[in-house]
Amino acid sequence: MAVVFKKTSMLTDVPLHYCPGCTHGIIHRLVAESIEELGAADKAIGVAPVGCAVFAYNYFNCDMQEAAHGRAPAVATGIKRVNRDCVVFTYQGDGDLASIGTAEIVHAAARGENITVIFVNNGIYGMTGGQMAPTTLPGQVTTTSPYGRDTSHCGYPIGISELLSTLKAPSFIERVSVHDVKNVVNAKRAIKEAFRRQIDGKGFSLVEVLSTCPTNWGMNPLDALKWLEANMIPYYPLGNYKDRDKEAASK
Amino acid sequence: MAKLTFASEICKGCGLCVNACPKKLLELDKSRINKKGYNPVHITDQAACVACAACARMCPDCVITVER
Ligand SMILES: Cc1ncc(C[n+]2csc(CCOP(=O)(O)OP(=O)(O)O)c2C)c(N)n1
Ligand code: SF4
Repeated sequence: MAVVFKKTSMLTDVPLHYCPGCTHGIIHRLVAESIEELGAADKAIGVAPVGCAVFAYNYFNCDMQEAAHGRAPAVATGIKRVNRDCVVFTYQGDGDLASIGTAEIVHAAARGENITVIFVNNGIYGMTGGQMAPTTLPGQVTTTSPYGRDTSHCGYPIGISELLSTLKAPSFIERVSVHDVKNVVNAKRAIKEAFRRQIDGKGFSLVEVLSTCPTNWGMNPLDALKWLEANMIPYYPLGNYKDRDKEAASK
Repeated sequence: MAKLTFASEICKGCGLCVNACPKKLLELDKSRINKKGYNPVHITDQAACVACAACARMCPDCVITVER
């Protein structure tokens, strides 16, 4: 019999600690498979965030470094600059990247650092119990916005892909989702392309992946996928936000 | 002929695979509880499986191996 699908060797045998149905696990797999398929398994170095993915260093079968909250792009910058042959990535949630780490991600992107950022946007602080994040939707109920996010004093969610795509340096920025099989396959394509840009020396690449947090959204895993599709995608449109290769080709 | 193998002990019974299967062949096995305390997924009709691997691609925990 031929193997159609099996777990990638770029993930360790350690069982993931994520809640049942949390799509962090799917995204881990896509990152790991992309690295393996690009032949970068023994050159990969990941930087783990603070957030539910804090134990990512136990799961990716490569060298990993833990960073202080939000600082992963700065840590990855240092690692990449002294190990130019290595494939360096960060894996960060929206509390990590879009709140406490806003400065680090903007400047890493502006510098065009040759790293790959996997940005997991579930619209909430998962690990600490579901507080409002900069990415929380208007009206969305969280533990710190029990009546829904009030835009009159909390403003509006930050579209990180839109924001960073105004910068000149980044090579590749795309927003994808993992709420069904078709989108999972598409997310893998984008993540692989992001790593390919780094390997080709093209500079900064980021993939924003819309993700669920069934536990803190207060839903079962399937309803969370449906909620993502119905509520997050209208606010966070999927698609490519920056592709310098395409820009160059059309000139 | 297709064959699914399940790493049942790490299944969290989230049901994303159950929903993903286009032929509706998967269900949570209510007659079993794994070490983690969940009803693990199983296949109801192996012969009808077309090895599309939709279930495996939606599984957050890489529980399912698909062979053909
Ligand atoms: C300096 C610092 N400030 C605050 C915290 C508390 N804290 C831990 S995780 C987290 C947010 C995580 O949310 P996110 O990045 O969205 O990841 P998720 O857990 O949702 O995957 C916060 C605020 C911390 N650990 N360190
Ligand atoms: S708290 Fe939310 S983001 Fe964290 S593991 Fe659970 S479901 Fe996933």
